[in-house]
Amino acid sequence: MTSPLQQKIKITGPSMVTANRTSDGVVIYRTAQQGWSASLSDAAIVRTSDEARALLNEANADDVGAIGAYIAPVELKEGGEIKPGNLREHIRSKGLTIDLLPA
Amino acid sequence: MYAYDELDRTLINERVSEFRDQVKRRLAGELTEDEFKMLRLQNGVYLQLHAYMFRVAIPYGTLSSKQLRALARVARRYDRGYGHFTTRQNIQFNWIKLAELPDALADLAEVGIHAMQTSGNNMRNVTSDQWAGVAPGEVEDPRIWSEILRQHTTLHPEFSFLPRKFKIAITASEHDRAAIKVHDIGLRLHRNADGETGFEVLVGGGLGRTPFIAKTIKPFVPGRDILSYVEAILRVYNQYGRRDNIYKARIKILVHELGIEKFAREVDEEWRQMDGGGLTLDHSVIEEVRSRFSYPAYEKLPHMPDELKQAAHDPLFERWRKNSVAPHKVQGYSIVTLSLKPVGGPPGDATADQMDAVADLADRYSFGEIRVGHEQNLALPHVAKRDLPQLWKALDRIGLATPNVNLVTDIIACPGLDYCSLANARSIPIAQELTRRFANHDTAEMIGRLHINISGCINACGHHHVGHIGILGVEKNGEEFYQITIGGRADENAQMGALIGPAVPYAEVADVIEDIVEAYLALRDRPEELFVDTVKRLGVEPFKERVYATR
Repeated sequence: MTSPLQQKIKITGPSMVTANRTSDGVVIYRTAQQGWSASLSDAAIVRTSDEARALLNEANADDVGAIGAYIAPVELKEGGEIKPGNLREHIRSKGLTIDLLPA
Repeated sequence: MYAYDELDRTLINERVSEFRDQVKRRLAGELTEDEFKMLRLQNGVYLQLHAYMFRVAIPYGTLSSKQLRALARVARRYDRGYGHFTTRQNIQFNWIKLAELPDALADLAEVGIHAMQTSGNNMRNVTSDQWAGVAPGEVEDPRIWSEILRQHTTLHPEFSFLPRKFKIAITASEHDRAAIKVHDIGLRLHRNADGETGFEVLVGGGLGRTPFIAKTIKPFVPGRDILSYVEAILRVYNQYGRRDNIYKARIKILVHELGIEKFAREVDEEWRQMDGGGLTLDHSVIEEVRSRFSYPAYEKLPHMPDELKQAAHDPLFERWRKNSVAPHKVQGYSIVTLSLKPVGGPPGDATADQMDAVADLADRYSFGEIRVGHEQNLALPHVAKRDLPQLWKALDRIGLATPNVNLVTDIIACPGLDYCSLANARSIPIAQELTRRFANHDTAEMIGRLHINISGCINACGHHHVGHIGILGVEKNGEEFYQITIGGRADENAQMGALIGPAVPYAEVADVIEDIVEAYLALRDRPEELFVDTVKRLGVEPFKERVYATR
């Protein structure tokens, strides 16, 4: 039985946990080695809601290193390549989609 | 310019020291993010998609050249070499590091700039007409009153934990350039039948998910009473404003739910009980604030100098002059708007090099003063007409002479999903594509005044509701779609735009806007009829038909 205090989490496909690094705000991903990486390719992939909850709890426990942790979808390509699962994560992973200077 | 006194300088410096200590404790793990979040927000520090974002206040949109150079230095030293001017006379830096923020704040404090109350549920930057003090026909300089309100509300304990953020804008001109009708409180400075100066007070305006045009709560409040009257409004809001639901917490919801008459009675009763509350402004207090604003020693100059007559033969100069130069209250001078909307550029962005160059030009041509408008452009407020040709050449060299002010490519846009953690869709690339579609200045001039406003989410930082054409980004099944409204306006006749139909996908937005503009050109009854007036005359139907007939 789920505790009423337990966060309701439901994922529908492969997911990862992402946050921003506290010192400089850089986008980071939770790794399977209980650390953080600035590369999406290093992200731990979870496939069930229980796994996702556990990874998020682990990420949230690192309040000094990271802020704003949350679960986000990913796409797994052939060969194991990890791609962002939505536009927001694509932009966080790849950067701005715009030209900064007039063209 | 307003000269800060020792009290202001001490307050700002103390705040920097305080925040430096808070950041140190946060990075050392002595403060949790939950504990730190409100502290950083009170210093204008948000967390966005890629990094922290640092929002700096530019009170009533007035900057000295020294201050603009300090902003350039922050952009260069602590960010990625540019900043973004917002729709509320602030500047945002998008890539700031938390560990370096106290140093950035300290650099700004040296020139009297800060980030207090640029976020959080408190009184935000009190904004004003960017032409304040120089616009012909103005009742008086509204910045004096903005400054009085700024001083009273800065770190005011009663207004530091309001139900939600609170925004005031002030104008003193017939034509409202400060968008006062979409603010929590809008103040219109005018004279009553006895010649006394005071304010029409409007309340309950705002955009976001529940947009309202502000309503007049009192047609005339004498200047000496404005502080107590605004405080009475805030007290009623503080007491009755909802704190249980963030989406219903703004004063506009309270005014709407109570009705303006009942809300006004509550305010009047509070005001009566306050009996001034020690806030009635003594003449000497007002004059003290007024005396701290310095005005240039204008020369006596001809209305039409020879330099201007000669330059008029250059069609490119003339195009720019007609578009970007406005009359000044002093003969021989002009107000010059610097478009931050180059074709293909992000609206409202300026590089550190541009900021430095504008500061130099302000020193040379505008008594060292720069203004920031809510339309995300800059202005030089005191340019001698004889200097216009030289200024134009200099602005052109730094990419700030695009002759598109108030035209279709002078687009207001929020940062959107490229930067913002709240956004559902991108704003900037839509704006960039539109500026490319309408890049031909002859076409833009032929279209005439047309304001396009783009927001990447319902929070409406791009003021899409009041754009002549409003574009709102929404997310549908993981894809970016955009709702289009037409007929909105943010001036003295402010009104919300009307939705023309179902949202359209990202790839079709520019085509749809072109269709709307083409429909307008075919429908207007004469070239002088503005887009917004054609919509008012005909309604949305003909535009809707044009857009959706083939979609």
